[in-house]
Amino acid sequence: MIKARITVTLKNGVLDPQGKAIEHALDALGFDGVGSVRQGKVFDLQLEGTDKVKAEAQITAMCEKLLANTVIENYAVEIG
Amino acid sequence: MRAAVVLLPGLNRDRDMIAALTKVSGKPPVTVWETDQKIPDVDLIVIPGGFSYGDYLRCGAIAARMPVMRAVKEKAAKGVMVMGVCNGFQILLEAGLLPGALMRNQSLKFVCREVKLEVANANTAFTRNYQPGQIIRCPVAHHDGNYFADAETLKQLEGEGQVVFRYAEGTNPNGSVNDIAGVISSSGNVLGLMPHPENLIEAAHGGADGRALFESVLGKAA
Repeated sequence: MIKARITVTLKNGVLDPQGKAIEHALDALGFDGVGSVRQGKVFDLQLEGTDKVKAEAQITAMCEKLLANTVIENYAVEIG
Repeated sequence: MRAAVVLLPGLNRDRDMIAALTKVSGKPPVTVWETDQKIPDVDLIVIPGGFSYGDYLRCGAIAARMPVMRAVKEKAAKGVMVMGVCNGFQILLEAGLLPGALMRNQSLKFVCREVKLEVANANTAFTRNYQPGQIIRCPVAHHDGNYFADAETLKQLEGEGQVVFRYAEGTNPNGSVNDIAGVISSSGNVLGLMPHPENLIEAAHGGADGRALFESVLGKAA
């Protein structure tokens, strides 16, 4: 069994109104000095088999085809 | 002129769209379901609004990968006219049939109100019954209508007249870049827009500013 974590984040230059709202909320709670907040998504996957090279190729395809919208998002893959 | 309406779980504007197409063309459209791999021989395919698949992952993301959308892509490649409204627009973007993306409204609020639209390009199959630059009324109802495209894509869209509708008179409800409300493919046969022209086609709706869009695309004279 291979475990993988995929992190999807907004690309630089893409406005993130939700991140901004969270930033304001942190400020309202008294957390000073938060320069910026960007919101993203995390996917935890369990894949059958033990071939990590194959798994990485498969996960990259999953990100490109579904998990990330590459018009606005970047993705990073960690295989455990 | 025959039309098809795509039905997907979670869409909720399909009845309004079917009613508009029926009233303007005089005959009801055929309907196709998410798992259909073939679409009948039609001239126009419409994807209505709603919340397909609960808007899970991203609005339109799951719908765009369903078998019926492969069939829509094949038809679009053959020149069949395709129109996506609201969630339908989001689905067309996720399917790669139109450039750009729709993000959460800048206000973070769902907006349900009337806006003003400028017909930025009246030289399309969908807008030929409007005057260039005409300002029309149209309702919007969405949470993720904030149109985004990178600088290069925007330059192309603006340069090639692919921006078909723009929010006018300061009514941009969602923060869309360049007030973009609707875009068309470079091939000219795929249109996506956030506002709901199907909800303003007769006096009982309080106006008929959306009707010319249906008359244009259904081949009716102005």
